[in-house]
Amino acid sequence: MTEIIKSVVCPICGCLCDDLEVTVENNEIVKMKNGCAVCEAKMVHGYKSDERILEPHIRKNGKLVPVSMDEAIYKAAQILTDAKYPLLFGWTSSASETQHVGVELAEELGCALDNCCSVCHGPSVMAIQEIGIPTATLGQIRHRADLLVYWACDPWSAHPRHVERYTAFTDGRFEKSEFKEYVQKLKGKASKKKVEAAIRRTQVRYQPPPRPQTAIVEAPPPTLAKTGRKMIVFDVKKTMTAEVADYFVQVEPNSDYEIFGAMRCLVNDQEIDVDKVGGVPVEYLKEIVDAMVNADFGAIFFGLGLTQSVGRFRNIEIAIAMTRDLNRKTKFVISPMRGHFNVTGANTVFAWQTGYPFALDFSQGYPQYNPGEFTANDLLRRGDNDATLVISADPGAHFPKSSIQNMMKHPLITINPDWNAISRLGDVVFPAQWCGIEQAGTAYRMDSVAISLKKVVEAPKGVPSDEEIIKRILNKVRVIKAQKTRKDVTETKNVENKKI
Amino acid sequence: MTEILIKNGFVVDPLNKIDCQKMDIAIKNGRIVEKVNEREAKIIDASGLTVMAGGVDLHSHIAGSEVNLGRMLRPDDHVKDAVRKTALTRAGTGYSIPSTYVTGYRYSKMGYTTVMNPSMAAMKAKHAHEELNDIPLIDKASFTLLGDWWFALENIAKGDLVECARHIAWMIRATRSYAIKIVNPGGLESWGFGRNVHSIDDKVPNFDLTPRDIITGLAKVNTMLNMPHTIHLHTNNLGVPGNYKTAIETMQALESVYTGDKPIGHITHIQFCSFAGDNWAHFKSGAAEIANYLNAHNHMTIDIGQVTFADTTTMTADGPFEFSLYELGGHNKWVNSDVETESSGGIIPFHFKKKNAVNAIQWSIGLELSLMVKDPWKVAMTTDHPNGGPFYHYPRVFAWLYSRKAREATLKKCNKKAQRKSLLPTLDREYTLYELAIITRAGTAKMLGLKNKGHIGIGAEADVAIYNINPNTTDIAQDYKPVRKAFSNAIYTIKDGEIVVKDKELVTIRPGRTMWLDVQTKEPCRIDDELKRKFKEYWTIEFDNYPVTDHYIKVPEKITIQASV
Amino acid sequence: MVEQKLRVTLITGRTIDQGVAKELGKGSQEYFDSVAICFLDPSDIKKLGLKNGVNVQITSPYGSVVVKAKKYPYGAISGMVFMPCGLWANAICSDETDSIGMPTFRGFTVEVEPAPDKPVLTLDELLKQQFGK
Repeated sequence: MTEIIKSVVCPICGCLCDDLEVTVENNEIVKMKNGCAVCEAKMVHGYKSDERILEPHIRKNGKLVPVSMDEAIYKAAQILTDAKYPLLFGWTSSASETQHVGVELAEELGCALDNCCSVCHGPSVMAIQEIGIPTATLGQIRHRADLLVYWACDPWSAHPRHVERYTAFTDGRFEKSEFKEYVQKLKGKASKKKVEAAIRRTQVRYQPPPRPQTAIVEAPPPTLAKTGRKMIVFDVKKTMTAEVADYFVQVEPNSDYEIFGAMRCLVNDQEIDVDKVGGVPVEYLKEIVDAMVNADFGAIFFGLGLTQSVGRFRNIEIAIAMTRDLNRKTKFVISPMRGHFNVTGANTVFAWQTGYPFALDFSQGYPQYNPGEFTANDLLRRGDNDATLVISADPGAHFPKSSIQNMMKHPLITINPDWNAISRLGDVVFPAQWCGIEQAGTAYRMDSVAISLKKVVEAPKGVPSDEEIIKRILNKVRVIKAQKTRKDVTETKNVENKKI
Repeated sequence: MTEILIKNGFVVDPLNKIDCQKMDIAIKNGRIVEKVNEREAKIIDASGLTVMAGGVDLHSHIAGSEVNLGRMLRPDDHVKDAVRKTALTRAGTGYSIPSTYVTGYRYSKMGYTTVMNPSMAAMKAKHAHEELNDIPLIDKASFTLLGDWWFALENIAKGDLVECARHIAWMIRATRSYAIKIVNPGGLESWGFGRNVHSIDDKVPNFDLTPRDIITGLAKVNTMLNMPHTIHLHTNNLGVPGNYKTAIETMQALESVYTGDKPIGHITHIQFCSFAGDNWAHFKSGAAEIANYLNAHNHMTIDIGQVTFADTTTMTADGPFEFSLYELGGHNKWVNSDVETESSGGIIPFHFKKKNAVNAIQWSIGLELSLMVKDPWKVAMTTDHPNGGPFYHYPRVFAWLYSRKAREATLKKCNKKAQRKSLLPTLDREYTLYELAIITRAGTAKMLGLKNKGHIGIGAEADVAIYNINPNTTDIAQDYKPVRKAFSNAIYTIKDGEIVVKDKELVTIRPGRTMWLDVQTKEPCRIDDELKRKFKEYWTIEFDNYPVTDHYIKVPEKITIQASV
Repeated sequence: MVEQKLRVTLITGRTIDQGVAKELGKGSQEYFDSVAICFLDPSDIKKLGLKNGVNVQITSPYGSVVVKAKKYPYGAISGMVFMPCGLWANAICSDETDSIGMPTFRGFTVEVEPAPDKPVLTLDELLKQQFGK
């Protein structure tokens, strides 16, 4: 039986493309249209790979052995209630319905609660808390932006359809796609074969050939002064995104703050008394700033290159400050390129229930927020938490070694659909449904627009959703806590009786 | 379901013309009934207490993308107001934008049972509904921002109001909403390229129409659709000195749509649109002009948007207004959030101070309006939460209205220039409990077209608030402080016939309903084809994925209405 | 002149291959091939007297790891070494967060030296070596 399901939402990155066409045969996705390479890898191949966890496991004598769901739930609840201060981490590849129950669990346990935001755009959130942010939904940018700046991010790698769906290569009401011009530009300098290859590349799959070396920073091309859509890329290294841009500016590592500072001066009509900032000649910066000021609507997207470099949230803060300054001259917006498909949702759900987007603590009975104190890596570094639950994330592959080493000193519970690095390290390992493939739910796009994920195939038998697992753990935790209180009461009574 | 009998309370129920009469209120199956079996019913002795319908708030930003961005923006605001988890209630935070659970708890403790969430970007409706689900104890509904929606603009420009009405009906259904909200019509579209409109006759860039066309067009559409509420209008030029003229022009523009039947427009947080003077230095009150107009005309209603002198967070879909506020300086945090093809938004934390002349005059304007508009049925009490101040400051506003003494005490602490400019010393009026009930429940329910709310006559929903106020022994104008305290924490709050607050404490947590309109037009199909065709061009979400589904409303109350087109 | 060691700045980040491979599974050959690698500028590879695809050992104050060295395909990155996000890069990153929660993933100096005889550890070997599980 073949079924074609339209308007399926891709559960991978913050773009949440919702125009996928999925062909399902015998409860299996066999083919899809419109997805990027990463999407195809997950939705056609990855989700049904041999790496799938099909039943709960508990580590006994150093080896993970399959157990019943009830046993695993009990064990997990026991670990969490026995611990003085557990950490619940992850949440970003779960539906917001799961995150919702997660906050309740953290509240019940009086523990720390953090999401992957702390290792991706946590600094961006902090910068927004410092000075706010002028931003817009992606469609606003698609319709209006005639200048697009990608700073320290590589959408071709991390958000493959961002340019095609939301920015330079899409037709808006007031701005047209730049794609044709890009092809024209290539035709000017390359053979037909190369052009075809390049077009193919932009349409999902690409194996870029090695390119000749270029000078560090080229002079701005005359196209920068043209009307119509333009794209500028700032990065420490040339990327595939930089290749399709009108202008690529290679900056020195860790110099973003200085460059933003210089550009802010230029936006505000001040002179700069040096030749180069961060490896970029000031005269080039002047031309870039002119292009920004003369744009009708500009948009800046930034990635982890800013949040993870020296300066961290200060980099974002000054980028936002520059955008604010630009708004005095024209219209400008700035937006973080959020990674996991529902990391924005984690921030959103946590915030409406507690007021805070990440780095939460409930040990006092009320929510507290302090990045640097309640963020996962800081807790692990100081050795504050004595048990960890990881859900829908893989810190095993994305935390520094020493953090995981500290995590390993205490019991670890994991809830993930497949044997990723952290599942392999777990003491209690739960299976879970693939959210957005086997489980419906809500996710928030990088511009915080809620989109409903679809269920397109049935999960393997006996594999529950992570929402159900968290709910069951929560119930079990309540039962164990009630038993403990009762036990305490009886013990005190016994003591008192003896005294009498 | 248990039966309840509230005995011997002083009942204030303006919709049934009951003014502080000692009588019993019987409740059965979630409704007010004539009588119950006294032996089986739970008896509440309300002697010496005031009994009113549960409060109905018609404008309070409690949920949605904008509100939540405000929450995220302000850890500094939450840290001073942490709320501990109890065996019954969830933890959370305040202060100016309380977390969802805390919002429900605090409203309920104040005796409010219904709250309207007045600003929901259609594209972000799912988010708003997810949050509303998490606000317990109160019924709620949302108004969709439609004044700058491209489909509406195009159809109004074409002069095809019938088509426009069908689109709006689709949108109201698709977003599970209750009313048409218009914010700075034309201005938000202009803001897409960083511009604004400055009068109701300015041309909207790229669209062949003016704000006047949008306002009158949508007012007509609202009538065609038989909507229970009027258009809910945030005027152009909000927050600009001299803007009372724009407000009056807007009301005048709507005169032509009025048929003499019931009001056809509602200007929200009108305090922010009642500024006179040419600039901030010459800033003064335009309340008298606005009040005079309202006293002479019956086609409009207003709510106040009272300033309460709090360190609060301003948030509105009026992006250009927030930008101009940011440009005034002194604001470190500024958020702008545009929504494609529909709307925009902005947030700035703002501390209204008594010693600041403009802030103090704004405070005065709100009260002047409430006191100078003679008919309380035209006025609703709001603070435009959280813009003028958080909703749990309402009792302060009540006190300023029912007690001259309370007003004077505050005015004395205000900026001297503001004191000189204030019209308050000339105003003797003091609200009675009856009038207070009108502007907080009876009148607001009437404006919203909620037939079973805002009163406790037979058949009404059993939403009741009991306050520790004895109208026989208390002179509320003189002893304003204990009465203010009584309003801030009801002795009992009853929601749908269930006691949720008892002896000032929450005793039951139950979900509230989300009301939404299923507007049935005579010809629905044509619209969907048109919409589907244009969807890909206009939005970045597929047609199938756009509407809010049943999944997003935990306890829905669908209200079906038949449109006349 | 061939140098023994090269002091360069570490940059970590996403690549499309890593993106595809992580969805195919962390234990997959694709993941190993696309993540247990590092990219160097052709001129730097030459300085070390290496060929494309030879193993190198990268050492930072926080750890050391052996990965396969490749030429960076798009443009000049001399003075830098680029590693795709993943376990191999994490082995040399620090958990110093500057008190804001974000570990140090990039922008610090590391040493690269040829290690043609040392093997690149697989995912499971690396987990065993680092975490004992």
